[in-house]
Amino acid sequence: MKEVVLVKFGEMALKGLNKRSFEDMLKKNIKRRIKNLGKFELTSAQSTTYINPLDENVDLEEVVDRVGKIFGIAALCRACVCEKDFSDISAKAVEYLEDVFSCAKTFKVNAKRSDKAFAMKSPEICAELGGILIEKFPHLTVDVKNPEVTVTVEVRDTNAYVHAENIRGAGGLPVGCSGKAMLLLSGGIDSPVAGWMMAKRGIHISAIHYVSPPYTSDRALMKVETLCEKLTDYCGDIAFFCVPFTEIQEAIKDNCPEEFFTIIMRRLMMEIAQRIAEKKNCLALITGESVGQVASQTMAAMACTDAACRIPVLRPCVGMDKTEIIEIARKIDTFETSIEPYEDCCTVFTPKHPKVRPRLEDVEKAQNSFDFEPLIQKAVEETELKIFEYNK
Amino acid sequence: MIYLDNAATTKPCEAAIAAVTEMMTENFGNPSSLHRAGLDAQLAMDKARKIIASALGADSSNIIFTSGATESSNLAIRGACAAYGRKRRKIVASSVEHASVDETLTAMEKSGFEIVRVSPRGDGKFYPVDFLNACDDNTVLLTMMQVNNETGHILPVKETFATVKRKFPEIITHSDCVQAFMKLNISAKTLNADLISLSGHKVHAPKGVGALYIKKGIRVLPLVTGGKQEKGIRSGTESVPLICGFGAAVESLRPTIASRYDHAAELKNALVDAVSGIDGVTVNSPEDSSPYIVNLSAAGKRSEIILHYLESFGIYVSSGSACSKGQQSGVLGQFGIHGKSADSALRVSFCEDTTVEEIKIFAEKLHEGINSVRG
Repeated sequence: MKEVVLVKFGEMALKGLNKRSFEDMLKKNIKRRIKNLGKFELTSAQSTTYINPLDENVDLEEVVDRVGKIFGIAALCRACVCEKDFSDISAKAVEYLEDVFSCAKTFKVNAKRSDKAFAMKSPEICAELGGILIEKFPHLTVDVKNPEVTVTVEVRDTNAYVHAENIRGAGGLPVGCSGKAMLLLSGGIDSPVAGWMMAKRGIHISAIHYVSPPYTSDRALMKVETLCEKLTDYCGDIAFFCVPFTEIQEAIKDNCPEEFFTIIMRRLMMEIAQRIAEKKNCLALITGESVGQVASQTMAAMACTDAACRIPVLRPCVGMDKTEIIEIARKIDTFETSIEPYEDCCTVFTPKHPKVRPRLEDVEKAQNSFDFEPLIQKAVEETELKIFEYNK
Repeated sequence: MIYLDNAATTKPCEAAIAAVTEMMTENFGNPSSLHRAGLDAQLAMDKARKIIASALGADSSNIIFTSGATESSNLAIRGACAAYGRKRRKIVASSVEHASVDETLTAMEKSGFEIVRVSPRGDGKFYPVDFLNACDDNTVLLTMMQVNNETGHILPVKETFATVKRKFPEIITHSDCVQAFMKLNISAKTLNADLISLSGHKVHAPKGVGALYIKKGIRVLPLVTGGKQEKGIRSGTESVPLICGFGAAVESLRPTIASRYDHAAELKNALVDAVSGIDGVTVNSPEDSSPYIVNLSAAGKRSEIILHYLESFGIYVSSGSACSKGQQSGVLGQFGIHGKSADSALRVSFCEDTTVEEIKIFAEKLHEGINSVRG
């Protein structure tokens, strides 16, 4: 029995003339993820992409697992391919559904007939197939309101398909179709989630991280690299920029008032990030900030950091509670890594009493008391690039 | 020496020895230390973890290192029952489990769990539906080995776990895959296993190291407490040299699973052929068993005597399972091998280095032994 994976487009199905380019981007992303699982043929029609395995013994479960993480997909399912002939549909449905039905008690049949030339209308397909299934599986009863199994028959242009479960896709837009942005990745819980959320809107993420040895350790850096690796499941390849930040942090410590340490550090991080972002054609910065979470994330503090930025700063977690962020972090499997207890550069020289409502002119005055420019230039020059490729 | 006891243990491979040596000379740090020496040891251990995880089609985070498969199975069964077994008090197992599982079940029985051991049917085969019928809403754990260590029988773990999980998704599934790992293609996902026990020394790594695969989201409570190594599930400084030896051995074996399997099948055929001419010798392993293990009965001659006879020519085989030091095994009886056939059972087990020539010499000496020893 031939099985395929049906992939239903998300909101890109609503796009107009440029829909094709979204589709192509999505197909490219799918191909990349399943490349090493065997040979596949990908075709698209009617807002659906068909993943057709050309080899035998392809692990379709793994295909569904991987494709389920790709943005731009509303739903996906494994389906059995039938001739566009009711007797073939019913015969294959009986065989294909045996497993699922073995532990179910109620079901219903849904039919979608996008090929209107097919002789039977949708309600007829439902009634006929329902009857046959009850006959073959006498322990089942029909429940149209709350069935345990919903069998769907789709009569499409070249074939009919039978499947028993629709799996929710990752939603959003295909990564790459919204351009590039630079994620400030700290190693905490929030920033990987922020990256994931913006990748969901089709943004191709690059990541930037600041290291301050000996105040931060190799393990702290490795932790961030692991996060990058984990994000590639969703975001595709990630260019990771690692900025040497020790001298700048020491200069802040030596030359600026303690209450402004964090805010000045963040402004300098933004400055470095946008210089690299501009070089790499990134159109925005992304941070994991959430209003009021810590002193540097009050609105007043954000206004001071934004004042140092020439490009937009996207903060997708801005209105989320920590618990909501953690829920996503668990879902995308970054939580366990994020909570590993290594000090990152954000917690080096944390002021005892940070300014919760800093005024921009005070911050600028404090920052201008020292010429950071040579250090910024040096940090940018010595930044190391590492590419994390999707490598399953 | 003709070593035909690879199911008992295997000779450590060069790669494993090199890795052990390196971790005892150059890279001897404690992986929990914050400094570079500690980090280097941790990195080496992470590499081994990744190799073993990926050989199971799993992620590194799923692997916990232990002192061996006995500890792995103890941790799996006791740890999962501690986490999930407060209300559900029944454990279902096959009747042919290795002592590391079976004795643990017996101990669990004493602490109030009901143990149901499912036997093979008259044809010597296990049927998934028999396990399904043994399970109910009160069942906490189902454990089933993949390859029997005495006979090489391959148990239908995949089918059974799938059948049971479909009806009772909350039942934790554990499989002792010691004799299957690196010999058959097994993947945690296709097996539908929540917990898998592995051993190092059965796959050309040193003794004293094993691993437990724990599916993401499955909780296993620790048996020992301490410095919270291995995510707190198995405290105690990791045996980095042995772990790295394990990783190196798996790395070198993984590309050759198919070719080694074919070689073992050839050896099994040669052995079955060679002993078919000896009066009274019967092969107890079925045709579709793992080709690495052949169990045969030597014409009613007590296995221990034949074992020592062969030993005098430098040929090493096993009577029953070596772990039980010659104690008669209930497992053979489960497979319908009783009385004199069981008393005279020998286990011959292969590895990549075993040759057809060695098999022929074994058969010849076996023949001689049967004719010359009394009793």
